[in-house]
Amino acid sequence: MPVPNSNAAASVRKGSTAQKVPGAKSSKTASKKKDDEEGVDTGDGWDEWSHGKALIKPPDQLELTESELKEEITRILTANNPHAPQNIVRYSFKERSYKPTSVVDQMAVHFVLEGSLLHQDSDEARRLRAKEGLVEGTATVDTETEPDEEKPETPATPLEEVDEAGEEDRPDSVASKTDKKEPKVTNQFNFSERASQTLNNPLRWEIYDAYIEELQKQEKNKEKQKAAPSKKESDKSKKKMMLMETQNDDISKVGKASKTFERMANQNTFDDIAQDFKYFEDASDEFRDQEGTLLPLWKFQYDKAKRLSVTALCWNKKYQDLFAVGMGSYDFTKQGHGTLVFYSLKNSAFPEYIYPTSSGVLCLDIHAQHSHLVAVGFYDGCVAVYNLKEEGTEPVYKSTAKTGKHTDPVWQVHWQNDDMDNNHNFYSVSSDGRVVSWTLVKNELVFTDIIRLSLNGAVSEGPEGAQQPSIACGTSFDFHKQIDYLFLVGTEEGKIHKCSKTYSSQFLETYDAHSMAVDAVKWNHFHQKVFISCSSDWTVKIWDHTISTPMFTFDLNAAVGDVAWSPYSSTVFAAVTTDGTVHVFDLNINKYEAICQQQVVAKKKTKLTHIEFNPIYPIVIVGDDRGYITSLKLSPNLRKKPKGKKGQELPKGPEVEVAKMEKLLSLLREPDQSTV
Amino acid sequence: MAEVEETLKRIEAHRGVIGTIVVNAEGIPIRTNLDNSTAVQYAGLLRNLTQLARSTVRDIDPQNDLTYLRVRSKKYEIMVAPENDFLLIVIQNPCE
Repeated sequence: MPVPNSNAAASVRKGSTAQKVPGAKSSKTASKKKDDEEGVDTGDGWDEWSHGKALIKPPDQLELTESELKEEITRILTANNPHAPQNIVRYSFKERSYKPTSVVDQMAVHFVLEGSLLHQDSDEARRLRAKEGLVEGTATVDTETEPDEEKPETPATPLEEVDEAGEEDRPDSVASKTDKKEPKVTNQFNFSERASQTLNNPLRWEIYDAYIEELQKQEKNKEKQKAAPSKKESDKSKKKMMLMETQNDDISKVGKASKTFERMANQNTFDDIAQDFKYFEDASDEFRDQEGTLLPLWKFQYDKAKRLSVTALCWNKKYQDLFAVGMGSYDFTKQGHGTLVFYSLKNSAFPEYIYPTSSGVLCLDIHAQHSHLVAVGFYDGCVAVYNLKEEGTEPVYKSTAKTGKHTDPVWQVHWQNDDMDNNHNFYSVSSDGRVVSWTLVKNELVFTDIIRLSLNGAVSEGPEGAQQPSIACGTSFDFHKQIDYLFLVGTEEGKIHKCSKTYSSQFLETYDAHSMAVDAVKWNHFHQKVFISCSSDWTVKIWDHTISTPMFTFDLNAAVGDVAWSPYSSTVFAAVTTDGTVHVFDLNINKYEAICQQQVVAKKKTKLTHIEFNPIYPIVIVGDDRGYITSLKLSPNLRKKPKGKKGQELPKGPEVEVAKMEKLLSLLREPDQSTV
Repeated sequence: MAEVEETLKRIEAHRGVIGTIVVNAEGIPIRTNLDNSTAVQYAGLLRNLTQLARSTVRDIDPQNDLTYLRVRSKKYEIMVAPENDFLLIVIQNPCE
């Protein structure tokens, strides 16, 4: 019974789906009719339950006959909108009648959403873009302030490697972005994309560095655009060079630092000397009754020049802690090599520049304006010019036998002002009686004889009637500070000749100065008429060049090696003698005696050879014949300025110095009556 | 190169100098007269200190930069110079 029924039930079920009656009712009728087969499927309990369901019947259910129930009704899906009216009629004013619309719009709108996409080139889009530009500008300002605010909160500095890596990644992404959006300026500090956000906390100087790098890149790009092909090649070669350098683990990278460290180490070791140099003023000078003292500071010594004596000293005008020392030998029998060394006060252990020479150096001069040019005169009669900026130990110019070198030792060299062709030139004086001017023309040293020193100043008649001018030996000279053509030459015979550059045959005047060779002659820095001379005949004399006899004469009990005027006062000068003593005089205070006589070298056998005042610091350097250079600080008494009257301001300047000297001289001139 | 070598030798021979260390960009001592472990220790510690000092100076004014750092202690003075990513360290006993 259940089997045939199930077949019938399956076919009826199919039919039931096609009925127009609502689904719920049809399922109920189906269940009502086929309760048997349902009971068979699930078991006995189900039977009772389905019976209960089957009994309920809605009151308004349609009563259909069997045949009507079996009827198949088809359902067709069309594209017509079921809600659309099928017959719209409109009044046509043209035909004055109602007309049905043939086509009715079947479109049913289910859902509308206004979109926000705009075509790039449309007006609307352009307007929006313009607005966007302004908005971006204000936005960047806001975001920039953020890193600054974050900075005080960050406690520790981030590791440099991480930052560098981060910064390298960002510019790449940023670069691509900047191409697309031109008016917007983005960089790794105010560009924030959530996907690539890392906690960076950049420091103020990292931001600064990145901006500077960016700026340099932009400038390079501009340059490249301006001169494209040739520069590319040079850049390539430069790049190669850069690679080479970075690969080397070279300690020469710390070259500058190591030099400074040497000075630091020296400063630490000689700390007390440095402090004295800068700050110590001898207070006991007040009780010393016009006398002064010299405080020894640093001592300079070069190992390889131990046997040589100091033959020349010169301070550098531009870098006032740098001085040049010429080393050689005054001894005729002991001639060998020499050296030119430069020391700085900041490093007393080792020279800054060293130039070994084949012959002993006798004199040197540093150019006043171009302080890298040094003129040197040698014992063998050569002159040379060294350029400190050049690498290497050879001079840039050197005179040879062909180019007019002296036949005797060169005792003094002096730079002059540039000539009319803007060539540098210097003068030299030598024992062969010639004063020669050397001009640096391109790569050569061109010489011109200025004057030949003869014994009598004019052609003299020899004993056999032959007119042979006997030559005097020049040992020193000095040029006038203001009057360019005027200079003084001291000779071995003890005479001083006043000469002019323009007159080559005659001297303007001759002074019978000393009984032995004139070792040094120097014009006063302030007073235009005054000069000083010293000699091995134990005397120092001060002259007025208009008067043929000396104004002052001082006897120092030993051969005087050198004398120098002080740069700060017209009446102060210092002299060194072969017994190792430094004498300092101040004519304003004491016209007859030195206000300081101090032995500065340990052994009495050491002879002092040269002395120089520093242009700005109150120190002097003294060279001796053992190769030592000692620096000494002048005590306050040696540096006295003239006192003004009470209530009057202390006058300053060179005029005061000139006046001071003039006053002194006028006291001496009264018996002479030779003033104009 | 030889000049720098000579200068470093002179510094080492100077009175009171205990040692010098040259540290390359990677933090490895490339030239020193101290033993390796001490050199490595100094290099590591001073690198951080120099970075901090440099950061301080530049934070205050980005156009400024650290040139030298001197640390004076009871026993000696340590002098450090950062240059071209390298580090030069000198240890000296100033009062001998």
